[in-house]
Amino acid sequence: MKPFEFQRATDPSEAVATATADPGTRYLAGGTNLVDHLKLGITAPERLIDITRLPLDGIEELPDGGLRLGAMVRNSDLAAHPQVRSRYPVLSQALLSGASGQLRNAATTGGNLLQRTRCVYFQDVTTPCNKREPGSGCSALGGYTRYHAILGASEHCLAVNPSDMSVALAALDAHVTVLGTDGERSIPVTEFHRLPGDEPNRDTVLEHGDLITAVELPALPAGTRSAYRKVRDRASYAFALVSVAAVVDFEDDGGAGTSAGPPTFGTVRLALGGVAHKPWRATVAEEALRGAPATEENIRQALEAELAQAVPLHDNAFKIPMARNTATAVLRELATGSGTGTPTPENREQP
Amino acid sequence: MDAEITLHVDGRERTFTVDTRTTLLDALRDRLGNTSPKKGCDHGQCGACTVLVEGRRINSCLALAVAHDGATLTTAAGLADETDLHPMQRAFLDQDGFQCGYCTPGQICSAVGMLQEANAGHPSAVSTGDGPTGTPLNDEEIRERMSGNLCRCGAYVNIVAAINQAQQAAPQVRQES
Repeated sequence: MKPFEFQRATDPSEAVATATADPGTRYLAGGTNLVDHLKLGITAPERLIDITRLPLDGIEELPDGGLRLGAMVRNSDLAAHPQVRSRYPVLSQALLSGASGQLRNAATTGGNLLQRTRCVYFQDVTTPCNKREPGSGCSALGGYTRYHAILGASEHCLAVNPSDMSVALAALDAHVTVLGTDGERSIPVTEFHRLPGDEPNRDTVLEHGDLITAVELPALPAGTRSAYRKVRDRASYAFALVSVAAVVDFEDDGGAGTSAGPPTFGTVRLALGGVAHKPWRATVAEEALRGAPATEENIRQALEAELAQAVPLHDNAFKIPMARNTATAVLRELATGSGTGTPTPENREQP
Repeated sequence: MDAEITLHVDGRERTFTVDTRTTLLDALRDRLGNTSPKKGCDHGQCGACTVLVEGRRINSCLALAVAHDGATLTTAAGLADETDLHPMQRAFLDQDGFQCGYCTPGQICSAVGMLQEANAGHPSAVSTGDGPTGTPLNDEEIRERMSGNLCRCGAYVNIVAAINQAQQAAPQVRQES
């Protein structure tokens, strides 16, 4: 590990000014990803600015009924927050399905948004990787691709975003508050992460020195239901093969799937994880389901339409039916009212 | 580059100089001689390095010592008082919750921190409903909440039994911080 200077930030604007002026500077928050990358040699900053003691660790109600989450709120505290659990169960469930208890106690909201891919080639500095070293090539092309993208990849990068939290935030239409040298700006989470294109080294639209200060969750209409489900290679403590975040409401409100038949979808917001370089908003499926009866057939067809654009790699064609089936199950359960809270033993981990 | 830091480890204040690259794990083991937390994977994947920082369990291998200047730490070596083992340590002995023992200090710190989280109402991925979740935890909850601690000997069955014994013996496992 290369030697680095360590500084503790006392003021957000000062930290931004210092970091922006020096390309060798990185922010340190929970460290669960960055410290690992220092050891692996993936990054070698000359200076770390510790931002964990900045006053950015509060969770506040917004005047419009939304919620503002400080960037330094730890993942475990965010998942356990009563308002998050009751109003945004998709977010609490996504956080709890990620990492381990120890890591969630350290990892922050801002850091989770910025965590980098677990592509094995990205993490192995002895192999070419366009994300780590632009222009060196992509070792996943023709390599082992079980954990790689089926949507939105490019010839330069097949990596997927590893975050569960970000998938839930994309489905919630959350916004990221960013402090730069020109002041604060707000970026929709759906536009925060990038597809790889020919610049896979850029995970997000942030510029060097930008500091995430908060994430804002919008108020949700009464009757909104949400859920997160993750499918992975072991029961716990593994990254997603596929995950699904869904936030839905129903035209006939209540939509409890009465004897008269299934309810009618109002707005459907659906994001897929583990399938692309960014949380994948399934806009084709969303459009198809808006105002449609929540039947198994309608949901399945909408997902088929969404996934028609998927391009499977050598080892991950299974992700296409897995994404379709998992999203179908989550939406069906939300429509019948069985998936409004945290998962039950009956509906958990069924692809 | 060096920095002087102070850590309060298992009830003792320690002020010393570290290279800024030093992890909390290496500071404890190599600088302070506390070899209770173990270096397993050194990448946050196995949990053998788990310690309590301000009462919360974290992976000490992914924490920089310099970033924790002033912190209060408890390792498995500091859980017991002068006369008695901590109820979690006693339970691991009673239930034979280990074989080689390498992951055990991390398992014990993690279990103590985990029960405190549950007592504070923190949910897990297998919790049902949206009310607070307290103890006693069922086996499924224990397994999920302990999934960050691997045991290559595969002593999981007895580790769950040990945590069960500890939570029954002391529903409010005493605060460590």
